[in-house]
Amino acid sequence: MQRLQLILGKKPKEVSMRFILTLMLSVGLLACNQQPESTAPAESKTTSPAPTATATAIEPSDTPLLGLPPLPVPTDNPQTAAKIALGDRLYHDSRFSIDGKVSCATCHNEQKAFTDHLAVSVGNNGLTGTRNAPTVLNAAFYTSQFWDGREPELEGQSKQPFINPVEGGLPNHEPILEIVRSDPDYRAAFTDVFGVSAEQLTMDHVAKAIASFERTLISGDSPFDRYYFNHDTSALTEAQVRGFKLFLGQGRCISCHTIEQDHALFTDNRFHNIGIGINAIQEDVPQLATAFLQAKNQGGEVDTLVLTDKKSSELGRFAVTDNITEIGAFKTPTLRNIALTAPYMHDGSLKTLRDVIIHYNNGGVTPASAKVNDFLSGGIRPLNLTEAQIDDLVSFLEALTSPQIAQQTAATPSN
Amino acid sequence: MKTFNKSRRNFLKNSGALAVAGTLPISLVELAFADDGQNFTFAYISDAHIQQIKGSRFVRNWDRGLIRAVAETNLLAPKPDFVMFGGDLAQLGKPAELDHGAEIMSALKHDVKYVMGEHDYYLDLGAYWEKLFGPQYYSFDHKGVHFIVLNSIRTYDDWTFNRWPSDEQRMMEMAGLDNPNGSPFMVGDEQRKWLQQDLAKVAKTTPIVVFSHSPLQKIYKGWNFWTEDAEQIQALLQPFAKVSVIYGHVHQIQYNQIGNISFHSVMATAWPWPYPQAYAQAEQYLPKLTVPMNRADPFFERDATGWQFINMDNGHVDLNFTLYSNKDRSVHFNPDEKKPLDTQYQEEDARIPPQHHY
Repeated sequence: MQRLQLILGKKPKEVSMRFILTLMLSVGLLACNQQPESTAPAESKTTSPAPTATATAIEPSDTPLLGLPPLPVPTDNPQTAAKIALGDRLYHDSRFSIDGKVSCATCHNEQKAFTDHLAVSVGNNGLTGTRNAPTVLNAAFYTSQFWDGREPELEGQSKQPFINPVEGGLPNHEPILEIVRSDPDYRAAFTDVFGVSAEQLTMDHVAKAIASFERTLISGDSPFDRYYFNHDTSALTEAQVRGFKLFLGQGRCISCHTIEQDHALFTDNRFHNIGIGINAIQEDVPQLATAFLQAKNQGGEVDTLVLTDKKSSELGRFAVTDNITEIGAFKTPTLRNIALTAPYMHDGSLKTLRDVIIHYNNGGVTPASAKVNDFLSGGIRPLNLTEAQIDDLVSFLEALTSPQIAQQTAATPSN
Repeated sequence: MKTFNKSRRNFLKNSGALAVAGTLPISLVELAFADDGQNFTFAYISDAHIQQIKGSRFVRNWDRGLIRAVAETNLLAPKPDFVMFGGDLAQLGKPAELDHGAEIMSALKHDVKYVMGEHDYYLDLGAYWEKLFGPQYYSFDHKGVHFIVLNSIRTYDDWTFNRWPSDEQRMMEMAGLDNPNGSPFMVGDEQRKWLQQDLAKVAKTTPIVVFSHSPLQKIYKGWNFWTEDAEQIQALLQPFAKVSVIYGHVHQIQYNQIGNISFHSVMATAWPWPYPQAYAQAEQYLPKLTVPMNRADPFFERDATGWQFINMDNGHVDLNFTLYSNKDRSVHFNPDEKKPLDTQYQEEDARIPPQHHY
């Protein structure tokens, strides 16, 4: 708790319990016995911090969590306690949707390791999209956002779901600005954080605050980190150690889910066709690719096109770059806390970690008898793993769960 | 939010050439070509090295490289006028390999023309290949360009006919690298005579494009990046105003200018040359590594392989290399310097530095 107080400066008692919980994640304190009081309404907790708190910049790069690199923070959006608190509140505000029911936290719920445990997310009025909600945990480290990487930063990412037809469903960002400009608490907070009047307040300010909050949702210090970076040989079970060897060797996982010398994000931040989603639309690719580019050429927005048409959404990274070598390719997700974020893959089509490993073991097809898609990434090939080896790999993946996140997660889906 | 980058439209229009391989330009095509009916494009796939393991088992990676190239070629717009296959469809010249390769190629929705590679040839001296694909050397005209296809991987009769106890042995010897039992490639007297006669009918102003498997120049003898009678062939081609030689075999980007002749290599779908230390997680079917080069990422098996979309812009060849897991490259003929230039990486300081570890 000493570290926490250091960060918060003089007035820790003014800060909400959820705020404390969040910051604890970011500084990696282990003894977190608070129940997730974050379920209480945000309004009761995020009173505007005193002006002095505004200047209390958080410098997370001072002490990265075990296993993580320094947190990348854009120079034009430094972390401050007040901004994070504001972002926290915006993140949970469901008024920013057409039916008043959908917030960021709807699909990226802290009690579900910042996912929703659904195959594909449910947006306004029960509408469903085409993509599985990826966890926000450690998204701050990605070099691009969304499964197809269409936004480079969290700031740009955070603006899109509000106005996607099947997510927030708003026609544009104006309704959000109307709320934050008229709500006295928001007005005061934005003035405090950004020094802008209500009239000067833009969506960029909203996005910056949300992104700042999301940059606190980081997690390291898993059993794997203690084993690998702290050389604590007791941190992993024997099965997990065997699984780690498979992860590096026969399983070929390490090639995309990378581990560096002093940290591990378990992603290469690249895009690969691994035979998910695309397999089902192989015959339609020429027609879909052409139609998609025509729609895009006529001014269609990528986020709308990919989230509203199931088949086109399977074109993956191609939809962003127009490059036919990226048909069916999606971003490598981090594996941290992966045991808590089922179901898996960009379309949520695989229910368990075991299913995922079997898919790779089959060489990029499920079931094993299915036709391999023509655009499969070159590195994907049958692995010849035994059942016992698959079990060991699952065990290893479970060692990537950060204890703090496990505690915060209400129900851990079993694998 | 990302919307369509409309500047690409202008780029295509201004460049006057089809420059964006790997995209489906849709309506952009008309803008690029509407004004100039003489320009045309063809696609080039090369060096698939389809290899039989046993029975109906083939090396998956080589299969998938060709399958992917075929699928991508079918998506190209503008539709290429034709597709060339640059040789080495098979690895050891076996009918099963050639059949399997031909079957994969049959998915192409374009006319295909073939070049003979040494891996196709030295088992039965091209007999089965000819049944599938036609003559080993030929020429044709297309939209004002005279195209010539040569079998450039032949060698001395003594080596070919009199040295080996079996056809398989001959094939194996020629498939090896740094092999003292190998022999340099050549076009040979018979074909050079034919070439001379073929060229005699062509006006000196007609653009000439020669397809061969080996380079028709002398680069590195140990790996047969070499054609023994290159100078004699070059002499036959020098009198023409615009000559391009396009070759496979080397599995890497090469370009050169000798007198009036521009030389361009095409990429392989099988593996890049030279390739890094073999990725030893599973049995590898790569040829023996003799000289390591820290370039391709061994996990991404398509890395540093690729295929080309070739633009015949006013009689000169522009190559757009599509390289998996790598930046695309363009080698265009520069009319001022009168030679092909890599438009992005020509300058020393613009080049991507090599990796220093695998």
